Parts: sequence; C-alpha cells; structure tokens
Amino acid sequence: MATSNLEVQSLPVADSTVSPKKVVNDFAINVATVNGSGSQSANSILLRSIFNMGVPVSGKNLFPSNIAGLPTWYLIRASKDGWVARKSENDLLIAMNPETVHEDIRKLAPGRAVIFDEIFNLTERRDDVVYYPVPFDSLVAATGAEMKVRKLIKNMVYVGVAAQLLSIDLKGIESIVRKQFAKKVAVADLNWKAVQLGYDYAANSLTKQDGLVVEPMSATQGKIIIDGNAAAAMGAMFAGVTVVAWYPITPSTSIVEDLIKYMKTYRVEKDGKASFAIVQAEDELAAIGMVLGAGWAGARSMTATSGPGISLMAEFAGLGYFAEIPGVIFDVQRTGPSTGLPTRTAQGDVAFIAGLSHGDTKHVLLFPGTVRECFEFATQAFDLAETLQTPVFVLSDLDLGMNNWMSEPFDYPEKPIARGKILNAQQLEEAGGFARYKDVDGDAITYRTLPGTPHPKAAYFTRGSGKNVDAKYTERPEDYEYNMRRLARKFETAKTYVPKPVLEASGNHKIGIIAFGSSNVAVLESRDQLERESKIQTDYLRVRAYPFTQEVEDFVSSHEIIYVVEQNRDGQLLNLMKVDLDPAQATKLHSIVYFGGLPLDARTVTEAIASHQGANK
Amino acid sequence: MATSPVVPTPKINVIGLEILDYRGGKSTLCAGCGHNAISERILEAYYEMGVQPETVMKMSGIGCSSKSPAYFMSRSFSFNSVHGRMPSVATGAILANKTMRSIGISGDGDTASIGVGQFVHLLRRNLPIIYIIEDNGVYGLTKGQFSATADIGSKLKTGVVNDMPPIDVCALAIQLGATFVGRSFSGDKKQLSAMLKAAIAHKGTVLLDIISPCVTFNDHEGSTKSYKYMKEHDELVNETGFIAQFENIDVDYDHDTTVDVELHDGSHLRLRKLHDDYTPTSKTGAVNMLMEAHEKGEVLTGVFYINTEELDFASRLNLVDEPLATLPEDRVRPSREVFAELMRAHA
Repeated sequence: MATSNLEVQSLPVADSTVSPKKVVNDFAINVATVNGSGSQSANSILLRSIFNMGVPVSGKNLFPSNIAGLPTWYLIRASKDGWVARKSENDLLIAMNPETVHEDIRKLAPGRAVIFDEIFNLTERRDDVVYYPVPFDSLVAATGAEMKVRKLIKNMVYVGVAAQLLSIDLKGIESIVRKQFAKKVAVADLNWKAVQLGYDYAANSLTKQDGLVVEPMSATQGKIIIDGNAAAAMGAMFAGVTVVAWYPITPSTSIVEDLIKYMKTYRVEKDGKASFAIVQAEDELAAIGMVLGAGWAGARSMTATSGPGISLMAEFAGLGYFAEIPGVIFDVQRTGPSTGLPTRTAQGDVAFIAGLSHGDTKHVLLFPGTVRECFEFATQAFDLAETLQTPVFVLSDLDLGMNNWMSEPFDYPEKPIARGKILNAQQLEEAGGFARYKDVDGDAITYRTLPGTPHPKAAYFTRGSGKNVDAKYTERPEDYEYNMRRLARKFETAKTYVPKPVLEASGNHKIGIIAFGSSNVAVLESRDQLERESKIQTDYLRVRAYPFTQEVEDFVSSHEIIYVVEQNRDGQLLNLMKVDLDPAQATKLHSIVYFGGLPLDARTVTEAIASHQGANK
Repeated sequence: MATSPVVPTPKINVIGLEILDYRGGKSTLCAGCGHNAISERILEAYYEMGVQPETVMKMSGIGCSSKSPAYFMSRSFSFNSVHGRMPSVATGAILANKTMRSIGISGDGDTASIGVGQFVHLLRRNLPIIYIIEDNGVYGLTKGQFSATADIGSKLKTGVVNDMPPIDVCALAIQLGATFVGRSFSGDKKQLSAMLKAAIAHKGTVLLDIISPCVTFNDHEGSTKSYKYMKEHDELVNETGFIAQFENIDVDYDHDTTVDVELHDGSHLRLRKLHDDYTPTSKTGAVNMLMEAHEKGEVLTGVFYINTEELDFASRLNLVDEPLATLPEDRVRPSREVFAELMRAHA
C-alpha cells in the first residue's frame, strides 16, 4: 500500500444525498482534459489496469483537430457483459478541463460521480451527483516534479484517485507504470509516486459515496489491446507489402507510422538493406500514382488515407480499375465533405469509393468490423488485389483505427501469398505469347506479365485509353464494350473471393439488422437491449465486403424488415443495396443513421428500432 | 581501363540484336512532328548502347508526346498513365524494380502545367529516370492552346499573343536536384543522339528538354518553337561527344576546351565548350548561363549541368539488390516468432 507524508487538507465532500448502490464492472469513465496536456499515458494506464483485472474494456479518444488547448475526452468503458461500444451516458467523470466541466457534469448519469480539481469554480451543482474535489496542484507539488513536467504528472494523480475510488488493484497499476516507462527508471518513479499520492489522498480524504467498483474477473485472459491502425499495419507487413506511398492525414497517419516501425524492426535484412520502400509522397495523387506504378511493376503496394485523400485519388482509381492494376488503399474514414470534422469518425465514403472515378467503375471494398479484421483484411486485401488485378479499398474508420480495442490475439497468416495470374518467360515461350486482356479462363481475370520478364513477347502496353485484347490502342466500339463487359464480369467473380458476411442470428426472426465496420459493437449491444427491454428479437448480418455476396441477398429476402445501420447521413450502404439487390426487396430496407462524429452507441440504435417497431404495430 | 572493343556489325548491336528489335508501332502523330524524330533517336540510342529492350520501362502521361512510347521499342514495358502524373507512376515502378531502366516521355503541358507538382518532386528525389519533355509550346490534342513553356510574345496561328513568361524547365531541374540537365532540338540528330546515349549511361534524373516543333499548331511565323526559329536561334553551349564504355575511350581531346565526365557505367561524356560561360558541373554557373540567354533571346542547347556524385532515389532508400516486386515469400513475410513477439507486446 502506498504511503505518503503529505498533509492533506481535509476538504468538504459533496452532497451525500445519494445512497450508493453497488455497480460492479459496468460503467463508463469520462476523462475530460485539454489536448496537449499529455493525458494519453495516464488514460491508457487506467484502461490497462481494468483490463488486467480481467474486466472487458474499451478506450475511445474524442479529440479536436488541434495541437494544444482544446477540449478532449477519453472514454473508458468497463463492461462485465463485454459491451465495448461508446456508452451515451458517463458514470465517472474525471474533470480536468474547467472550460467543459459544467457541460461534462450534465452528461453524468444520476447517482454517479465527478472527480474534479478543487480550484474549479463550479457555479452550478447537481444534487444527484457525487463530487470528489482533489487538490491536484498541491499533490503534484508533493511529488517534487520539475515545473515543466507537472502538467503531465497531474494526470497520474487522477489515475491514483480513480484507482482508489474504483478499488482498482494498485500493484497492477505499478507494474503497468513501470512497463510504460521501462526505459527511464526516474520517470517511472516520479509517475508512480504521483499515482500513490492520488491514491492516498482519496483513501484519506474522500468518502466513497458512489457505487462504482471494479472487481476481478477473468474475461480478458489471453486477450490483447490494440488499435485498428496498428493491426492494419501489422497485417500489411505480414502480407508482404513492399512499396508504400503515403501522405499524412488524420486518422490514417498511424497506419504508416506504425508500419515504418514494424518494417524497420522486422524487414531489414542482415546486410542492413530494406526489403521495402516507404515514400512520403508530395500529395495523395502522387501516393496513389506510386501505388499503381509499383503494382504494375509487380510490387505489393499500398497507401493509407482518409476522405480528402480519397477525393484526390479518384482519377487514378479509375485508371487502376480500367488498366487492371493491383494496389491496396486503406481509407480510415472521418466525417466529410471537404475538411469535415477531421478528428471525428464516420462511414461516409462508402458510396463514393464504390464507384470512385468517372465512367463506369466498380471497386472492391472490404469493411473490417474488428481490430482482428483490420489485421486479417489488410493481409487479404493484397491477395485480392493481385488475384483480381484491381485496386482494393479497405474501409476502416477513426473509431476502429485510432481507438483501443480488446481482441483475441490474431492468427499468423497460414495461406501462402496469392500473386494471381502472372506469366513468366517459360510460360510465355510455351504459349507463344499472350493476350493481356483476353479472358482465357472464363472468370474475366486475364493474364499479365511483369516488367523485366526476359522474353521478347512479355511486354505489353498499359494505358487508360481504349484497347483490344492484345493491349493495342483502338477506338472500336466492339473492343471497348467487350472490355467493359469483361470488367463487369470480373466484379461478379470478385464475389467468390471477398470475405462473406457474418451472421449473428438466434433463429429465423422477422426483423433483420444489417451493419458494417465499427457499428458492429453498438449493434450487438443494441440487440441485447431490444430483447431485454422491448422483447424485440432480431437477426443481424454484418456485411464485410462489396460486391455483396449471395448471403446478403438471402438475408434480405428471408426477413420482413431490414434495418440498415450506418454512420453517415444518407444511408449509403442501403442505397448500394437498393441498386445491387433485387428491386422487389428494396421496400424492406429501413435506414438507421448516426452521423454526429462520435463512435456509434447502442442506445441510438435501440431507440430508433424500438420506435419504428412501435410505430409499426 | 580499355577492354578489347566490340565492333558491332552494321546490323547487330553489342548484345546481338537488330535495330528491328527496337522498333515500335506505327506513329499516328502528324507527318513531320518533331516527336517522331525523337522516337527514332531514342530507339537508336538504346540499340547503339546495347540495352536489352525487356529491361526498359517506358512511362508517360497524356498528350501527343505521351502517346509516342507506343512508337518505339515495343519489346519494352510501357505505361501510358494520366495527365501530368507520370512521375509518381514511374516512382512506384522504379521502387518495385530498381533493376529496370526507365524513360519517361512527357510534353510541355503534361510537365510544366498540370504535372508541375509531381515533376518538381521527381527532380528533388533524383529519381533514376530519363525524363524527356517533347517541348512544342502548345497543347496539340486539344488543338493549339499555349502551354507554360511558350515564350512571352510568341504568337498562335489565330494571332493570339502569349503574354505570360515561360517556365524554364531546365533551370527548374538544375535548381531542384536533377543530376543531368540539357536541352536539344528534335532536328539536331547528332547532338540529340549523343545526349540520349549519355543519358542512358547516367544514374539519376536526366532531364532533357527537347524542342520539338508542332507542325500543325506551332510552326508558323511568330512562333518561337518552330523549325525555322530553332534553326535561326539555336545556340549550342557545347559540342556533345559520347564514348560508350565498350568503345575505345583513348581518343585524345583538348583538355582546355573540353570537359570530360565519366558516367556511371564507365562511358564518357566529352563536352567541348562553345560558350564562354560554360561550366557544366556548377549549378549556379549553369543557371546563370540560362538566365542570361533568356535576356539575349537565345535558345541554348547542349548539356547544361551534370553531377555524377549525387545518390539517386533508389540508392538512397538502401533497398535490397533484387527487385522488390519479385522477392520470395520468406523475405517479405516475417516469421511466426516475430508474429508471436508482436502479439505478446499487445497482451
């Protein structure tokens, strides 16, 4: 147990009108700070400490597009039932930002609590909330920290206070602190001291009046915590990516930054040479141009971007589709249009990317819904791109990409790398040449050669203009139509390769829900709420790719009503379904959208479905 | 240094291929277009240098010039990409397979207007590519609008006079990091051939601005990119001599008047000075000379700047020796042990 010599002034505690009812492992902590205050370490220590006690958690950072000074919130949800979506109400507020403290307190659920800096001038008080004032400045001073690091150390004090109030294992926190600052013992000592001071202050001077408590479970054993971008970066490395071109843009940046770290550690050969090239391009146009140039020349190439970058890539995306060049594009979606809210999450690029380019274009899209799928689909995307000879887009989003998620550990990719139909010199010799755009196998996927293939008949001319099966320039209508029809058939072939949807169904209910990507966790929880609260039973199909496979069609036709849940204004996935599926089924589809920029919460979905069902009765 | 010189028979080059092996498709450009002459010089240069056609990547953007890779070296791999974006496509392709030789064919619109953003970054990276601007001062495929290299005061057929100053792509290239910069004229066979062969021997960005008159839209009186204007104003800064590494380099030269540069493959570039200010190894000297020529209304041609010391982009990235494109799985997919280590780090 931590001890301290600090004389803490006894402060008045908040109203004791609320009788505490024990709430075990089922609450949301909201840490309200300003960005640039360095609270990230503290928040992840808090998150990890609950995780290490075996309690399912998630951590979501709601941050502004700004370097320092604007409000930031970090939401930690602990849920014995394993619900990890954003919870719309908070249970414990750690109020470190005087600018937002009143608004933050208003969002607390009744009977819950706020830890706040005692110097805050609280002009209004709720009588159904517990107030825990903390003398942060004097506690920080007591650590002996230098002025310049006091701002950071302050965060560790709230970790200690919260740990004491929530009965979080203090020894566990120490080991996390020691691990986090493993390289600098003095820093670890200082941080640990701050945690202890906060803990002791709470123990000695605060009276627990809320019921929130963490009790050990064993629901996280063997699990990992990771964000989707790191998972995608890992997936790309294990996919054997060789050329990466990128332009920094929130919220995709960390995919490539993490990838650089991994590649420098694991893909530099014994002689010090790199089995990869990573180029920070001058813009997204150049990034996708490099990806296609590299893909054409046979590299496994990728870029990572977000909406504004996707907008710039439209022309090249069309070239990639029409000239049939592999490449992987990660789109970590944020709100739009234009700059939108750069640091807020959305699923608003689906419709745009599905047909990205002028002319008739259809792209293959993958929708990872978990961090595990961020890893798996990253690996799969390269196989798909080379197999189908087309750009493949992996649509993640800020919530999935930048927030911390619990997951089962990933699996090492067992399938060998699939490079698709590539002819070598010997095959060319045996065949006496090849026709680049001729559908030999009936699957609309043609054969290609790579630059450098040492055979006089290996070369072909790649262009974004009209061509015949021999890759010769032509403007003949018949040749153009043949090629475009073949590309449409190739999109049909893609259905046999893309990941199938995941069916979550307890039986053949009349009501179906379709969702994709990061909406998954909210939908899973919402189904439970609907059943418990309103006796509404649902089946749920999580779509994981475009083109839609037969399973999507079957799911729609076997239900009376389908709620399509997505995080955009216009119901983009629903609209794609209307176009691509049997028109007779279209009237079954009902749109449920959320587009406020925060991660989707279950309550929003539950209320929308319950109210529609109520209206339907 | 000198090995026994291989004497090519008239019909076969040093690797035993005929000129026919370097031919392309039939040109669909206008008869008399400067671009056709350039295509001829290019294929001759690769033939004479004994480059295996299958080891060459021909990259281009959009425009008359960018179509021309279809008209030379059909056995080479070609990518006609999108308008102004050839540099990025070439960058990706070169990183994927640095063992290939690359030539990019662009025009003045493709390079100096829509593509200037990617162009400057290609220069800055010293990407190993021969970047040719087939420069005629006008947009041909859209029927004769001025481009950004059109000289101030030059006149369109319709009588419209250009009132904007030109971008000097050579000065830009020297300033931004290209390591071999010159200008030539599609009608000067001797100079162009020597420069192209030297370009093939160089490793790094070669920028050749080749004045290539557009016979349909910009070859009239009042144009500064016409055959007639070039014949009257072409001012050679040097006489460009080239000796391939497989030829006898012992030929003597006047050390006072001639700059000898040994290129990456052992070939030699011999630049006999014809201009007082000529200092092809100095950036500032080269840029000064170009700026002064502008003031005098001269069109300088020749090799303006050469630097064989600077690392090219692919070398700077310290890539493995083999093409990244075809590395086997065991060199690009880390082991199970690495995977387990990463999983543990997140537990």
